[in-house]
Amino acid sequence: MVLANRLADGQVVFLAADGGWVGDIARGAVAGDPVAAQRLLADAQLAESRNAVVEPYLIDIRDEGGRRQPVSFREAIRAAGPTVRTDLED
Amino acid sequence: MYRYDEFDHTLVAERVATFRRQVARRLTGDLTEDQFKPLRLMNGLYLQLHAYMLRVNIPYGCLSSRQLRQLAFIARRYDRNFGHFTTRQNIQYNWIKLDETPDVLAALAAVEMNAMQSSGNCVRNITADQFAGRAQDEIEDPRPWCELIRQWSILHPEFSYLPRKFKIAVSGAPQDRAAVKLHDVGLYLRPNAAGVIGFEVIVGGGQGRLPYVGHTIREWLAKEDLLSYLEAILRIYNLGGRRDNLQKARIKVQVNALGAEEFRRLVDEEWEQIRFTPQLAVPRAEIERITAYFADPAWEQIPDAAALVAAQRSADPAFEVWNRANVVAHRTPGYAIVNLSLKAPGIAPGDLTADQMDKVAELADRFSLGELRVSHRQNLVFPDVRQVDLQALWQDLQSLSLATPNIGSLTDIIACPGLDFCALANARAIPVAQDIGRHFTDVAALQDIGELTINISGCMNACGHHHVGHIGILGVEKNGLEFYQLTLGGSSGEDASLGDRLGRSISAAEVPVAIEAIVTRYKALREGDERFLDTYRRVGLEPFKEAVYGKTPQRRPAVA
Repeated sequence: MVLANRLADGQVVFLAADGGWVGDIARGAVAGDPVAAQRLLADAQLAESRNAVVEPYLIDIRDEGGRRQPVSFREAIRAAGPTVRTDLED
Repeated sequence: MYRYDEFDHTLVAERVATFRRQVARRLTGDLTEDQFKPLRLMNGLYLQLHAYMLRVNIPYGCLSSRQLRQLAFIARRYDRNFGHFTTRQNIQYNWIKLDETPDVLAALAAVEMNAMQSSGNCVRNITADQFAGRAQDEIEDPRPWCELIRQWSILHPEFSYLPRKFKIAVSGAPQDRAAVKLHDVGLYLRPNAAGVIGFEVIVGGGQGRLPYVGHTIREWLAKEDLLSYLEAILRIYNLGGRRDNLQKARIKVQVNALGAEEFRRLVDEEWEQIRFTPQLAVPRAEIERITAYFADPAWEQIPDAAALVAAQRSADPAFEVWNRANVVAHRTPGYAIVNLSLKAPGIAPGDLTADQMDKVAELADRFSLGELRVSHRQNLVFPDVRQVDLQALWQDLQSLSLATPNIGSLTDIIACPGLDFCALANARAIPVAQDIGRHFTDVAALQDIGELTINISGCMNACGHHHVGHIGILGVEKNGLEFYQLTLGGSSGEDASLGDRLGRSISAAEVPVAIEAIVTRYKALREGDERFLDTYRRVGLEPFKEAVYGKTPQRRPAVA
């Protein structure tokens, strides 16, 4: 999947199959192989050049009980939000 | 407090207007991210893990109740109802939107605040002793000098693109509460042999990947020479500091590569060329003008109320405990300095909600002449509380969860935002602090342990000052998991030292257990009322290593 920050508000977003950007990891596009992943990244970089997002990059995900979960611990926190101050959601 | 003059107002307003145009150009694509990034950083705006983060300067930690109310408004209107006070006496908002940032900066400017140079490779917020102007041990108030340095360094044309960021701290007291020796330049106000007060100048301290305690390059500098001498230091650094390697670009690397003696020689050589430059003189009238802003407030002529407070303390053990931990003697009869602990059990160190900010502002008006301070240990301070009001204030602070009696104790933890918020972090820091806070809740036990600082950083950049915690905790990443390295024996005080690594890293769950083992061993080893740090310096690492890892170094400690 491709993850980035949305330019205007900085929110973490995932590239969707229709070329849009979504906050929910479940609605993002998943590349099944390296070629598809590079195609996804190229789409994201085009969106970056059009000022939709900042610093897009590919992350690995795995299936965890039917839910998509980033493999990297860091990306898991990025995707799900801070593990603290959950009392103060927007 | 310092008040903006017409020049300050104009400068900050123009800066907000400029940034508003820059943001608009970024949003329309006229500026690329690469072009825009240095501009937003110069205005304190980072792009972090989840959102933009805005770092707002609180000059030398001084804040008025009016300003705090505005910070509450910003937290509520533009963020998620809280702010985070940092080890540089600043406040950070974690959920700022780029397109709203100019409005936030305008809201700050309305109360004479800004975010200029809170990031970028320039001179950052000048920090100071949080008890400045109030401490009993103070030789001279550092705030006028901090303000002078702020004015000299803001938008300084020669020093706006240094090899790396540059941090300056000033203390006017023998007891160092501002981690002065861990700054790029640290200044102590000191008398010389003739009794004339000037500055001891310390250079090349810093933490991060390559930690150093600073070197004194001038035992005593006349006040009128301050700006020319600082200019000489910055110029030698700007010309000779490394720009080829981010990790080696701070002045500490230059000073330690050249040797302090050679660095001093270069500075002195430069200084001789410029010391009589009129623009760098410190005119007596100007420093007097600035000093007037920091004149003593309208303290009442009231008698010392120690007897009354003593009676209240003996009647109420909880009030007694709070007094002992959180109240500090004031230099004026009848007054006290009160620390507000932002380290209640389970709370993220340094966090304050918008509602708490408003209520603290109200209490500052009622009990502390409308003024408060931020400490580098991420707590707040009421500098001017009448002793007769202490009990009423304590009761109000309890209802806000800001009266935890733990200042200087092991639950008064410094923690950086860590991997919960920071794009640079390798591991989380806040949950570790929360776990320790929940593990050690027995007030009597904490008081028995006494002074023991724990500092936690989520990566080698050391924003959580782990190198100088009596116990330091550094988060590292191993095979995609978080681990923590402990160091012992660090200090950020006048006896500054860097901690020694205890051994292999441990899991987050093991950290409170390891701290418990260290504390238990300390209590068994201490002589008299020896602090943990002094016991450590006497006995060394080995007894604590054995306490945590067992006699066999490979054995893992029990998991809680």
